[in-house]
Amino acid sequence: MTDGTLIEQVVNVGVAEYFVTHNPHVLASYGLGSCVGVALYDEKRRIGGLAHIMLPDSKAISKPGGPGRYADTAIRAMVEEMERLGSRRRDIKAKMAGGACMFTIPGAKNPKNLPGPALGMQIGERNVEAARRTLEELGIPLVAEDTGGDYGRTMRFDVSDGRVTISSIKHGVKEL
Amino acid sequence: MAERRGLTPLQLDALREVGNIGSGNAAVALSAMVDKKVMLSVPRASLVPLVKVSDLVGGAETPVVGIYLHISGDASGSMLLLLEENSARELARLMVSGEGQGELSTIEQSALQETGSILAGNYLNALSQMTGILLKPSVPGFAMDMAGAIIDFILVEISQSEDYVLVIETEFDVMQHKIRGHLILFPDLGSLDIILGRLGVSAD
Repeated sequence: MTDGTLIEQVVNVGVAEYFVTHNPHVLASYGLGSCVGVALYDEKRRIGGLAHIMLPDSKAISKPGGPGRYADTAIRAMVEEMERLGSRRRDIKAKMAGGACMFTIPGAKNPKNLPGPALGMQIGERNVEAARRTLEELGIPLVAEDTGGDYGRTMRFDVSDGRVTISSIKHGVKEL
Repeated sequence: MAERRGLTPLQLDALREVGNIGSGNAAVALSAMVDKKVMLSVPRASLVPLVKVSDLVGGAETPVVGIYLHISGDASGSMLLLLEENSARELARLMVSGEGQGELSTIEQSALQETGSILAGNYLNALSQMTGILLKPSVPGFAMDMAGAIIDFILVEISQSEDYVLVIETEFDVMQHKIRGHLILFPDLGSLDIILGRLGVSAD
């Protein structure tokens, strides 16, 4: 495929994946629930990346899967890739969306049978916290976010101009 | 992609039979509730990559109603009743008188939640009787939103580190009412050995 400057190319970034590019693609994560979408952008060089994060912390898992799955590893992996493409850390800014709590079930137990909500009930919030913490550690400013609540979101990130839009069934489309 | 846990054709057959027996029992209950004939598809049992799970129900942005139950007991997992919006409305209407478009009323929501609970209860009961494994459903949670958003936290619960989830899925159809839905059982991969063992198709 040619590097389409006329045809908008949309890259679907699925659950536990991330994608970094210096081409004018639109990166999209559809139907984020408890998952969190983190967009990183270097406006000067028009390099961007989007991660569709599922879990907060790779270190809490005995046999972690690929880096795209966790907030700590996905964000770091994207920054490294952006730097390889010529980005400078100090020029990278972040936006994030998602981390909702879709269901609340009274009395549901978490996997360790401790009292309190099941893992999935609070995972959105923990994903958001972990992403925020990782960005802080890397010194990347979080310039906008649309997180929490009880509804799903689709996140679109246009790498040609850095625009991020969030759409949801409940609240329509808005720019972040 | 990380390593994939293989399942033999014999094991997949046994898991499909789980879907058959569970959803057969659930369909009888549904049929009794709405007093209509209910048709079932042949169940699918497969290891599905995480990124593909929402494709099972028409894509991540498809608006659906999801009724979710957490399973605990001798084995754990999740059970999900998924209905497209129109099917959900139609089904609610068969049980309580509702009208119009837009948001479902509280009563319609409870009716659907109750349906999910009864279907899951019957499904898991049949499964417990067949295998001797105790499976207890939680109270049902309700959400009306994009399919991807409804499914993603279930993936979190059942797959902390694998790139695949095991999905046992049956489609059902309430005759003459354009009601179609999916009844999906997601066993935790950690519980899979227990289930396969009881079915007599262990790995070794």
